[in-house]
Amino acid sequence: MTALDEVRIGGMGASRKRVEDDRFIRGKGRYVDDIVLPGMLHMEILRSPLAHARIRSIDTSKAYDIPGVRLVLTGEMMAARNLGWMPTLSYDTQAVLATDKVRFQGQEVACVIADDPYIARDGVEAIVVDYEPLPPVVNPEQALAADAPLIRDDKAGQQDNVVFDWEVGDAEATERAFAEADVVSRMRLHYPRSHPSPLETCGSIADFDRSTGKLTVYMTTQAPHIVRAAVSLIAELPEHMIRIVSPDIGGGFGNKVPVYPGYVASILASILTERPVKWIEDRTGNLISTGFGRDMYLDGEMALRKDGKILGVRMTTVSDHGAFFADAQPSKFKIGLLHSAFACYDIPTAYMRDRGVYTTKAPGGVAYRCSFRVTEAMYFQERMVQAAADDLGMDQAEFRRRNFVRDDDFPHRTAFGFLTDSGQYAKCLDLGLEAIGYADFEREKEEARKRGRLLGIGISTMTEPLGAGNSREYDILGIKMFDSAELRVHLTGKAILRTGARGQGQGHETTWAQIVAHELGIPADDVLVEEGDTDTAPFGMGTYASRSTPVAGAAIAMVSRKIKAKARKLAAHLLEVSEEDVDWELGRFYVRSAPDHGVTIQECAMAAYGNMPDGMEPGLEANAYYDPPNLTWPFACYIAKVEIDPATGVWDVLRMVAVDDCGVRINPMIVEGQIMGGLTEAYAMAAMQFITFDAEGNCVGSNFMDYLVPTAWETPGFELHEVVTPCPHHPIGAKGIGECATVGGPAAFVNAVMDAIKETGVRNIDMPVLPDRVYEALRTGRDISGAPPALMGD
Amino acid sequence: MTSLFEEITGDADSSVPVRRVTITVNGQPRTADVEPRLLLAHLLRQGLRLTGTHTGCDTTNCGACTVLLDGAPVKSCTVLAVQADGHDVTTVEGLGTPGELDPIQEGFKQEHGLQCGFCTPGMMLTTKALLEENPDPTEDEVRWALGGNLCRCTGYQNIVKSVLWAAAKRRGEVPPAEGSTS
Repeated sequence: MTALDEVRIGGMGASRKRVEDDRFIRGKGRYVDDIVLPGMLHMEILRSPLAHARIRSIDTSKAYDIPGVRLVLTGEMMAARNLGWMPTLSYDTQAVLATDKVRFQGQEVACVIADDPYIARDGVEAIVVDYEPLPPVVNPEQALAADAPLIRDDKAGQQDNVVFDWEVGDAEATERAFAEADVVSRMRLHYPRSHPSPLETCGSIADFDRSTGKLTVYMTTQAPHIVRAAVSLIAELPEHMIRIVSPDIGGGFGNKVPVYPGYVASILASILTERPVKWIEDRTGNLISTGFGRDMYLDGEMALRKDGKILGVRMTTVSDHGAFFADAQPSKFKIGLLHSAFACYDIPTAYMRDRGVYTTKAPGGVAYRCSFRVTEAMYFQERMVQAAADDLGMDQAEFRRRNFVRDDDFPHRTAFGFLTDSGQYAKCLDLGLEAIGYADFEREKEEARKRGRLLGIGISTMTEPLGAGNSREYDILGIKMFDSAELRVHLTGKAILRTGARGQGQGHETTWAQIVAHELGIPADDVLVEEGDTDTAPFGMGTYASRSTPVAGAAIAMVSRKIKAKARKLAAHLLEVSEEDVDWELGRFYVRSAPDHGVTIQECAMAAYGNMPDGMEPGLEANAYYDPPNLTWPFACYIAKVEIDPATGVWDVLRMVAVDDCGVRINPMIVEGQIMGGLTEAYAMAAMQFITFDAEGNCVGSNFMDYLVPTAWETPGFELHEVVTPCPHHPIGAKGIGECATVGGPAAFVNAVMDAIKETGVRNIDMPVLPDRVYEALRTGRDISGAPPALMGD
Repeated sequence: MTSLFEEITGDADSSVPVRRVTITVNGQPRTADVEPRLLLAHLLRQGLRLTGTHTGCDTTNCGACTVLLDGAPVKSCTVLAVQADGHDVTTVEGLGTPGELDPIQEGFKQEHGLQCGFCTPGMMLTTKALLEENPDPTEDEVRWALGGNLCRCTGYQNIVKSVLWAAAKRRGEVPPAEGSTS
């Protein structure tokens, strides 16, 4: 008998076509808004038009005059049921429906529940709210001013607009490093507010059945089990009587991690009306009220030796969290994993301080396609690195190479205290430089100059922490960040696998089965993958922070190994030898001394139900909870080549080369899809995508006409390369990948533009690097800041 | 009030004007009494339960709701149902047959042209309109044609490949080798 071909059975390394595609290409996906329940009502939200105002009164009587309006919910009604405020995932509180005052434009004020969505909208328009305007606070400078209005006057003891003041690293040692430096390089940067804006907005259908006491909620969530726990705490319902179902999700990117007021309001509406209540957010609601990312200011300093060695790094940041600290962060780390900055460089000492502030803007700071503030970390890092190389007069590639952690220096303790595990950083960089033709670039640049065009090349190299995370350090609301898998092998050798993760396009239904195929030799086509229903899936922390493969993926390998251990006993029984005499090849146990004498995994499965040895528990199923020993640390090198037309400031990406080392690739096709998607979001943030606010706190960018996300036309082509350094502690050697390109990519584009205009002396243009900003920089020879004017002064 | 909103059980407000429309949807004539303000996307989704047409932005920007109106791609979130009266509408459910996929559907699966799947129906219908008019488009022509359809997952590169794969298949040329993704 010949051994199975792993790729043919859809195991590891197979670019297996996606299972989920079969329904999506037929229009048979089942997203929340596709679900219709008998007797279902529809909910719409009335949002605040003002950024900061006291609510004098709310008159809902005219809404009730509209035929078909069944219920109007206000903050007072929520408060009467102890639901006026809810806890956030970061130990803050958030108003469900405003009672005292509104704190950002778009805040939820009231909800209308009606027979159809059009009537519900009519109802929303009929509500009259009397507001007393208060001064808006739209940036940290205003928030930290001595006479700033107190935004969170609801919080006992809150005297100012500071959410937290957090530091990490060694301030004194870093001070000494700067005293010894030959050169100190400084950068001041703003990472603008951006919105993940998945194509499907947020929504829910709450269905409370009074006869059974059971609450079922279909919900656009990346983390159904966390939501079940949160709903249990917020609504004081017993956890076993709450079922959260996350059906097909039309993209998440961090936007669908927090618990939003709309979800909670739909639940109360269903309890009060005793009918299912559907809430589907419109795009404006999504863009002005849910889960912003970024919005952070940096004062960065690097202590440098003349020969290019980095002696120390100091980062002082201010993060704008909006009105509520509502994003999920591991509870030990207030500013997420921002201190993963500079992890790929061997730096003796570093210090970081971040102050989080409240403003009258929508809650911000979600991990938009990144692992808890890692995007900001790597952007700041790579912009600072380029500036430092320029300040030293060194080649930007050589400066990086000189400071990289060496291949033989793992595990490596970073200056901020992380432990990185593996990598071949210089190899990735060299591969990228070769691919883009770095050696020939100066000649190209000269030729372009003759044509009146400015050519620039930008590099971004980084390792980032993915897969939160080990229980010693990572928890959300006290729940450790493990994940889980449950595998049931049926008697014919087919199987169903469930995990605590919840994909939103990552292809879990395809790749998870490949891990089972790799471990057990059961063809991937014989493994059904199910996620997202808390009544059936084992407890897990969900899908974000590129944690699915590092954590749930590992749990799948471990549960498969439990199955294999039992199958080995069954094989020994069937082969009538002792377990020690049985060997394994993919899909089959055999007698070591007689390799032709063997049984397949499918035969073992049948025996588990029909021919088990005396005393053995029947069945072939198991579950595994995986607590990762560490984060995984993929490495990436992104290199962009751009051309600027100095007459307009317009820049085009001529080439974008990506070298990713995410360890062992389960499904190369899907990995490459993740990288290309990530690079596009990186390009988006570098080139066009940002949300800003005017002085009154009005959100500028409240729809897709004003908030630019790239189309196929603007998006450049990508050239992908790979290096494989297996993760030493992951059971199948894999590392996270879903977010690397979004995290590392923006700096490559911005560095390329800055490289192209280096001769002007301009050190920085803040993102997005819009043509008018480039034009202005070329015209004036000065840096262009995206920060509010008051923050620019020295 | 729209009579096809089956979940409505209460009394209709007689002051709400209703108009009867007949629209041929995926080859079948469908008649409904609709409020003049009802959007075509909502008639398709809620009324006819053709939920493959998605709504993503409400402002004609994202293209998730793209359907073909007499063969031309339109954003059904900004077309009124009454405007479609007497016309032909093709939705994703009208692509292919139960037994056989349309080459466009095949192309999207072969070239990993989708991830979350939310933009996919709109992308495929825009593709259909493109390929009917231009059976052998260049990459640039594909990118230009898809300019009204947003995707937040894929970065478009594989969508472009999917379209080119489908074009080759429709022309009867051997499509790119299975498994090719880069």
